[in-house]
Amino acid sequence: MALRPEEIERSASVGSSPVRLDGPDKVRGRARYLDDLSFSGQLWGRTVRSPVPHGRLRGVTFDPAFDWGGIVRVTAADIPGENVVHLIADDQPCLAVDVVRHCAEPVALLACDDRERLEEALSHVRLDIEELPAVLDPEASTAVFKHYRYERNAEALAQAFAGAARVVEGRYRVRHQEQLYIEPNAVCAVPRPGGGLDLYGSMQCPFYVHRALLRLLGLGDGQLAVIQTVTGGGFGGKEDYPSVIAGHAALLARKAGRPVKMIYGRDEDIAATTKRHPAVIDHRTAVAADGTLLGCEIDVLFDGGAYCTLSPVVLSRGAIHAPGAYRWPACRVDARAVATHTPPNGAFRGFGAPQTLFAVELHMEKIARELGLDPLELRRRNALREGDRTATGQELRHSVSALPVLEAVAERVGWAKRRAAPKVPGRGLGLSLVLHGAGFTGSGEVKLKARAGVELTPKGCRVLAASTEIGQGTVTIFAQMVADALGVPMEAVEVAAPDTSKVPDSGPTVASRTCMVVGGTLAAAARALGHELAAHAAQLHDADAAQVDCRGGVFYEGARALAPFAAVATSWLARHGPLSIVEQYSHPPGIVWDDDEFRGDAYPVYAWAATAVEVRVDPATYETTVERVVTAQDVGKAIHPVLCEGQVEGGTVQALGWALLEEVVHENGRVKNDRLQSYLIPTALDAPPIETLLVENPYPHGPYGAKGVGELPMDGPAPAVAAAILDATGALVPELPITPDRLMRAMGARRG
Amino acid sequence: MAETLHLALTVNGQPRTASVPPLSRLLDVLRESLGLTGTKEGCGEGECGACSVILDGELVNACLVPASQAQGAQVTTVEGLEGPKGELSRLQRCFLDHGGAQCGICTPGMLVAAQRFLDGGAPATEPAVREAIAGNLCRCTGYSKIVEAIQAAAETSR
Repeated sequence: MALRPEEIERSASVGSSPVRLDGPDKVRGRARYLDDLSFSGQLWGRTVRSPVPHGRLRGVTFDPAFDWGGIVRVTAADIPGENVVHLIADDQPCLAVDVVRHCAEPVALLACDDRERLEEALSHVRLDIEELPAVLDPEASTAVFKHYRYERNAEALAQAFAGAARVVEGRYRVRHQEQLYIEPNAVCAVPRPGGGLDLYGSMQCPFYVHRALLRLLGLGDGQLAVIQTVTGGGFGGKEDYPSVIAGHAALLARKAGRPVKMIYGRDEDIAATTKRHPAVIDHRTAVAADGTLLGCEIDVLFDGGAYCTLSPVVLSRGAIHAPGAYRWPACRVDARAVATHTPPNGAFRGFGAPQTLFAVELHMEKIARELGLDPLELRRRNALREGDRTATGQELRHSVSALPVLEAVAERVGWAKRRAAPKVPGRGLGLSLVLHGAGFTGSGEVKLKARAGVELTPKGCRVLAASTEIGQGTVTIFAQMVADALGVPMEAVEVAAPDTSKVPDSGPTVASRTCMVVGGTLAAAARALGHELAAHAAQLHDADAAQVDCRGGVFYEGARALAPFAAVATSWLARHGPLSIVEQYSHPPGIVWDDDEFRGDAYPVYAWAATAVEVRVDPATYETTVERVVTAQDVGKAIHPVLCEGQVEGGTVQALGWALLEEVVHENGRVKNDRLQSYLIPTALDAPPIETLLVENPYPHGPYGAKGVGELPMDGPAPAVAAAILDATGALVPELPITPDRLMRAMGARRG
Repeated sequence: MAETLHLALTVNGQPRTASVPPLSRLLDVLRESLGLTGTKEGCGEGECGACSVILDGELVNACLVPASQAQGAQVTTVEGLEGPKGELSRLQRCFLDHGGAQCGICTPGMLVAAQRFLDGGAPATEPAVREAIAGNLCRCTGYSKIVEAIQAAAETSR
């Protein structure tokens, strides 16, 4: 069979931007989110929640005067397994017993096929609660979830402060931010005859939910499947929380013997689900007269809310990123996550790093001001370089791009010229430089042992992974990477829907790990599959297996075309039956992390970003408008440049929201602004034009050189905005969001 | 409350009928009675725009429109944007090519708002496009690629 030249050409999907695989269904309105699915005989579920932040729960009374016919009622007494939301600590009950620890804490559950009757029934459940004093201020909390302390060159640190030309101190504060995915949390639990259960839902981490339901329901592995449905955004908000709502729906469904769907209203989703951890961060820095950083002491306080959730891990990422993208001859970081009687905080894009990076970056601005240095020059002087060690003592061996991203942004905005030009009142230009560890912190990946694989199909292969598509492009980049590893066109690769009964546990879709960790594992599995098939092709066509490879969907021995991939695959399947290859991720050699000492290689590699922001501050209203953002981001390799830019632009605007608009306001522990009318996120009119410069400094151990991109764009914009406001007004506002009243107060204070 | 509202309306060019409780929302009629689940609910109070549809030429939030107001009306939803044989519209194509859809939950409403803007024939300057979709929240894209997609669709439709 003669082959056309284009068939001979090796496929090279990676680095190009094909239409995303889930795109056509999404633009046609055919993508089926949880709310779009119907289940025969389905009931609706609702949650009875605590109205107080702390109290002794004496009892739950279902109004005897109300007609409860057709309404399923569940309390903690109905839980067949353990009353716990399985995660890190076992401190959070699925339904409260004896005590409530935050407003909106779930206490009881109701289900009914009639939504109006269900709403009415909710008002007939009485919670007998004796209110107790509530701790709402993290600085007043003595209940510590986690405490980390790490030091580098302790003796040198004291000397650094003694010999410093200047010691600069600052306190920085950030507040709760809501993920605000546009699709609220939503699940449907479908009981199986015989006691098992299928759980469908909007989620990032099907195996988190799987493990949580096994414990809650006391089920065996084979009795449960957790299936991700098309998910309308996550941003961390659907990392840990779905275990809660899934548990509730499952309890109702088991008792009812019918499917139960739970979809939160926007108000309930804002009031009850996890948020970004508020933080207070203190910096004390020893600096030489020329701006060389000599040493730092950083104290970090995160408000974990009422239960532990992921706080220890969020805190560790926050603590590791706290010294920023700089070399410190000596440092000490002390970080605590404490409990308050507010809804638990959890994962949100950036996972602790945006908080501490905001603090260190704005502190750099303060240092530059106090020393009379150009903030760009200060960063240039101190930025980490290849061969340097981070604050945890990690030697940076690969893909270190602090200076390249900084210079790229400085050049694009014309930094030197702009600094030299006469000041225009109310106009400002600010800068930030950040790093973000790719993959899990510390020994996370080593403990997880993520597995992912590929299964041979008659025309190519199917990707088997639990990693979820939540808008960021998982399925598309997986197909690209696997196609290139196998030597077939992208169309030959399909991606299985995450279903815990069918796919291996490739770990949660978090921590900027999907591309680098899971993608790399899949590429390895695809290469292994390719070798099997190459051997088969060699056998079929009397060729030397060592010389056979697949390019553009065709097997060759050197330049001699043997057969299309599909023909070899079909033959293999006919002769041997199904073939799947599952690989387990392991760190590249030489990565060592000590959990106890908090020392060593905190991440395999870091992604880097510099961001410049131009603002205009209205002198009458103190409103800040972001007029332009230029950002350079080194992600190693952009597998799909359009999706990659989409991550950068989306993360940037989410970060601008955090910088200027977004704040969950509590009043006596209760969320006051639980609606989109009162919790504002950026609209198309608030979002500025963004120039994204993708810097590709490949990581040799990442697939095709890739690192991570999901969280990096969340880190830099907020401090750059604060720096631009400082440039525009002379006021350093050490607190997010920088609302007009905060800016007015800061400017008033400056005028004194 | 026991009475029923008998609706007759035209949806995506097709005459449709539905019998619903009188206080139903247009959103419920579309999603539940007519099975057109492309129109999404993100907040239920007219803030997010995920339920945007065109009602007699006007862009509306279907969650705020009482079903009774759609009696005899012409309604266009995301399902009505593609051609008769299922071919993607220019606008849909541009959303795919420019990366205008990520998680996709805002996409139907965003497309409908953009289509209404394009139908109006105003020049697709960046400020005009941003204004046209200011009632549609997107949490994934930062809007840049949506704006580019709409401008590209305006360009190619000229």
